[in-house]
Amino acid sequence: MIGLFRDFANGILKENPVFRLVLGMCPVLAVTAAVENGFWMGMAVIFVLTSSNLIIAILRHVIPEKIRIPCFIVVIATFVTMADLVMNAYLPAIHVKLGIFVPLIVVNCIILARAEAFASKRPILNSIADGLGMGIGFTLALLVISSVREILGTANLMIAGNPVFTGGLGFEPARVMVSPPGAFITMGVLLGLLNVATGRGRLKS
Amino acid sequence: MADYKVVVSSSPHLKTAVTTPILMRDVVIALLPAALAAIVFFGMNALTVMLVSVVSAVASEALFQKITGKAVTIGDFSAVVTGLLLAFNLPASVPLWIPVVGSAFAMIIVKQLFGGLGQNFLNPALAARAVLLASWPAHLTAVVGPFDVKTTATALVVMKTGQGQIPSLFDMFIGNMAGQLGETSALALIIGALYLLARKVIDWRTPVSYLGTVFVLTALFGRDPLSHLLAGGLMLGALFMATDYVTTPVTKKGRIIFGVGAGLITVLIRLYGGYPEGVTYAILLMNIATPLIDRFTVPRRFGYVKRS
Repeated sequence: MIGLFRDFANGILKENPVFRLVLGMCPVLAVTAAVENGFWMGMAVIFVLTSSNLIIAILRHVIPEKIRIPCFIVVIATFVTMADLVMNAYLPAIHVKLGIFVPLIVVNCIILARAEAFASKRPILNSIADGLGMGIGFTLALLVISSVREILGTANLMIAGNPVFTGGLGFEPARVMVSPPGAFITMGVLLGLLNVATGRGRLKS
Repeated sequence: MADYKVVVSSSPHLKTAVTTPILMRDVVIALLPAALAAIVFFGMNALTVMLVSVVSAVASEALFQKITGKAVTIGDFSAVVTGLLLAFNLPASVPLWIPVVGSAFAMIIVKQLFGGLGQNFLNPALAARAVLLASWPAHLTAVVGPFDVKTTATALVVMKTGQGQIPSLFDMFIGNMAGQLGETSALALIIGALYLLARKVIDWRTPVSYLGTVFVLTALFGRDPLSHLLAGGLMLGALFMATDYVTTPVTKKGRIIFGVGAGLITVLIRLYGGYPEGVTYAILLMNIATPLIDRFTVPRRFGYVKRS
């Protein structure tokens, strides 16, 4: 039980896929211009990551060593297609905004990394815990980055089509923050702040 | 035992009395004519923008260094130079929070986060200008004309759109035209640059190859090369930004490559790009290429013979 919780909590801060492993940067940088996009991207990743971890953990003794990567990809691609079709059916507006980045979850490093490094070697429950933890860690990171970007870049926050701050926040939005350079700036500054806060990267004297 | 007065140390063994504060103070002195011209043409607004920009640049650097527990280095004048250069790249009528945000970005994000003076890979003033332009384009492009402080199209916008009248070459040379507050007076900028050349603070290679490339290319493309030299931020960029020590090549050959590259990008953006002016992006792009240029232009070592 403690092991399960440790595997779950691991992905949230200690090995946060975005701020610690720095994996899957493509969606992190590309879809975080708005909180809503970040949230749904995170949901899709949680679903794919947990499901593929589960299946791969079940099949871990069946999959031949030499062709394990293609096998993982087949499993991952199946779940990504499911996520893609479900989003297309029930969240068409979000699906249009996320565009190519939903199918691209197939090649997202986090998912393959967890399959290879974790799920293919651990029991089923631990793999589920790891997938959930990593997915939630990824989602939290996306939420933090996208709220910084959306607030600074639009002086407001849109949730389910409604502005959170009626009339805006009273400053002129810095449009660079919702354009691609803003993603790099936000990501870099947040990563640095987190390292300072947790005492990482400090020179050993 | 004899008391040898010998100090064992690693190279360099020859040191000059020229230090960073002296160099930076020279740059500030060299920028003063252009600052004066800005005040003459754009009035007290220009002075206010410059003061706000310089003060906030120095304050941002000091604040950041205080908070992070680093030695406060505002005495080396480099923050003053960055603040002044940023102000030179803003219209005189800009709201005053723009230079504050810009200076803070330049000093904290572009300079200090990369390790402070000597470590930044981009020119802080130009990077801040690019961010300001991407964020609040309306404020940055609403440039005002001289004396009347009315929003006017710059010579480059006129050249791009073909609407309106470009100023006479003489007006462009002395700075009697619309533009960012410190870039208009080629005369004042050249006086400052000559001072720096005489003091051997800057190298002639970058500005000459930069301006030369723009001159030749605009002539080749059938434009008026002189008005392209005098319009926009080219003089300011070529004389004061492309000669920055930190973000441009150290080798002689490298400096010429830098100048030619910046000239090429500037002309391409001006003639075929979406923006009327390309100096900012040209220099920033060449800043990024600088480590590569330095690597490929390492001079021959003394006494070294190339193996055949």
